[in-house]
Amino acid sequence: MANAEEFRQETRAWLEENCPASMRRPIKSDKDQCWGGRNWVFESDDQRLWLERMAERGWTAPQWPVEYGGGGLSREKAKILQQEMARITARRPLESFGIDMLGPALFKFASEEQKQRFIPPIIRGEIRWCQGYSEPNAGSDLASLQTRAEDKGDHYLVNGSKVWTSYADKSDWIFCLVRTDFEAPKHKGISFLLFDMVSPGVSTNPIKLISGNSPFCETVFENVEVPKENLVGEVDQGWDIAKYLLTHEREMIGGFGLSRAGSKSLGQTAMQAVGAKHGRLGDDALRADITAFEIDEKAFALTVERVIDEAKAGQGTGAASSLLKLYGTELNKIRNELLMSIGGSGALAWGSGETTSRAQHWLRSKGNSIEGGTSEIQLNIIAKRILGLPG
Amino acid sequence: MALVLNEEQQMLRDSAKTFIQESSPVSTLRELRDKGEEWSPELWAGMAEMGWTGITIPEEYGGLEFGYVGAGLIVEECGRTLASSPLMSSSLICASLVAALGTDAQKQSLLPAIAAGQTIMTLAVSETDRFDPLQIALTAESDADKFILNGVKAHVLDAGIANVFIVAATTGAPDSVSLFVVDRDAEGIQIMPTLNADNRLTATVTFKSVRADSGALLGEAGAAGKQLQRALDIGAVLSAAELLGLAQEAFERTLDYLKERKQFGVPVGSFQALQHRAAQLFSELELCKSVVLKALQAIDENASERSLLASMAKAKMAKTAQLAVNEAVQMFGGIGMTDEFDIGFFMKRAASARQEYGDYYYHSDRFAKLSGY
Repeated sequence: MANAEEFRQETRAWLEENCPASMRRPIKSDKDQCWGGRNWVFESDDQRLWLERMAERGWTAPQWPVEYGGGGLSREKAKILQQEMARITARRPLESFGIDMLGPALFKFASEEQKQRFIPPIIRGEIRWCQGYSEPNAGSDLASLQTRAEDKGDHYLVNGSKVWTSYADKSDWIFCLVRTDFEAPKHKGISFLLFDMVSPGVSTNPIKLISGNSPFCETVFENVEVPKENLVGEVDQGWDIAKYLLTHEREMIGGFGLSRAGSKSLGQTAMQAVGAKHGRLGDDALRADITAFEIDEKAFALTVERVIDEAKAGQGTGAASSLLKLYGTELNKIRNELLMSIGGSGALAWGSGETTSRAQHWLRSKGNSIEGGTSEIQLNIIAKRILGLPG
Repeated sequence: MALVLNEEQQMLRDSAKTFIQESSPVSTLRELRDKGEEWSPELWAGMAEMGWTGITIPEEYGGLEFGYVGAGLIVEECGRTLASSPLMSSSLICASLVAALGTDAQKQSLLPAIAAGQTIMTLAVSETDRFDPLQIALTAESDADKFILNGVKAHVLDAGIANVFIVAATTGAPDSVSLFVVDRDAEGIQIMPTLNADNRLTATVTFKSVRADSGALLGEAGAAGKQLQRALDIGAVLSAAELLGLAQEAFERTLDYLKERKQFGVPVGSFQALQHRAAQLFSELELCKSVVLKALQAIDENASERSLLASMAKAKMAKTAQLAVNEAVQMFGGIGMTDEFDIGFFMKRAASARQEYGDYYYHSDRFAKLSGY
């Protein structure tokens, strides 16, 4: 533990010196979140500096191996880093599907050459990735996807379309599920391809959501040529990679159920907005609902902690991602509903320009229990894989 | 502290499971009820032999000093088979008060006897149908070298079994709580038992000019509130641990039934309407496991968040156990309504355990207060 305490002191001192003051302020608009990539326009010099400094230490991906540019930190030390960042309310230096989703799959399934080629630019925030999974006719039934990749000798010829591709219009590369065997049962003929979004034949079209924003796109592939070396894992074996990656996506989305470090609790927010009567929140019915929510929110956070601790102790059930995705996203929807109630009519204002309003956040949260596998799909997975129910 | 059991704790859980499944399966409860009895002294003797009656008592007083995470595991296993015993009241709650507040003489006379299972104590606090331990009307009047107790305690647990009570009284000043150790046979005590739906007795205990000499006072007069609060937190968390065992067992029995019962030519567990409800309940139970373990650890560590976590654990568990037994009877269908089937016992015991040391409403309100709203 002396080692841990030393690391904490060093980390604290380093963050104090290297995290610019403006990177410690709460996130107000989308531009405050740095996604990196070839086309990223930094909001400020501070944002660029913060990414560069953190990436140099590998702390954009604290637990990834040093040989690929990662931080090489143990779980304990990564937690300390996280706590020290939370202490000064430091922003995450890089938002990245490369880190949250693709990277773990590459470490498990990619060749050494592919790891060397793709992982360091993810850590440095140089390449922004998007996810080509869902299709217009393959939502919950993802394995029925129809995007074709034909073997043309030295390359695959990709044709088809994807939907709900987050930030496809802003991304540099895509990790994409394609069908390579058109006769095999649906789970068997899928492969996992990586390709550049500037390849001829790729086009993207943003989809406007009920929240007024357009974080998702429809992405169309017309005769896109993808070099064979961009296939990850074995041909026709991509479904295993897809599922593995989905567990990471679920954990990431499930994390929305956690309250942000340093943020006010709903109870405190309500006390300010609604006021107190006889020393307690003035609206009894609202108080009861907030209490039920906060108990679940804390219990959920403890469950995330327990799942991590159990995995570390080798006691894990291995099926936790569906539970976390289900519970975390449903909680986040309740949080947003309660925030709307706390705000009353004052919470209905629509955002303008760069700022996202309360109402827009609320509407966006509805997608949490749909994206990455709906709540109903998670319930199916729990019922069948964990509880062993038939059919 | 990591939210996992260490090796010692896992071993304790395994041995507790084996012991309780063998010596007090659910069929024991049925036999006791049919004979008109509340508990089994043989089971109690077995618990004493296992060391459970002294699990949290300091070693110097004949206990194991194993801590509350361990105690919680035992109580959880007892919850699985609905085993009836005064373990919580005597060894885990009253003993904690004696250890925290007692004089050397009181500790010497009580703790080794509790650890051996010879003295059985219970706590008499709440005076109302709905748990409200801070509204104490029972008075303790100072009279020379003694106190005179007058008042009524309601729903005293294990009152039919215990031979010594710890009684909470007010000495007049607001918020002042004094605790007294009183023999059940003391003059002026009247015990009126009620048989509850779960085949356990609780009693209304009336104190009419009961003499408590100065040796009966536990801690300083009027200053026992803080330790009483700790004991009630322990009660709430252990009660949650019992419900955790009960709810998991009810859920597992329901799952087995869903896989085996056929209608329309298929197992009813193949229907999505039931699968999703089972999966929801599973998720709630997973959250409960985390909260109960964290709250038990908070007692052992004397964490500053102890009361908050205790209320969280009992609130979450009370609600989830209610859901678990209601879903169980519904999914068992008609057979779940029959006395011949055991699942009804789970519903009845859950109803009592939910009330003991405070129900969902009591603890969610307390959670909100402790959170500053």
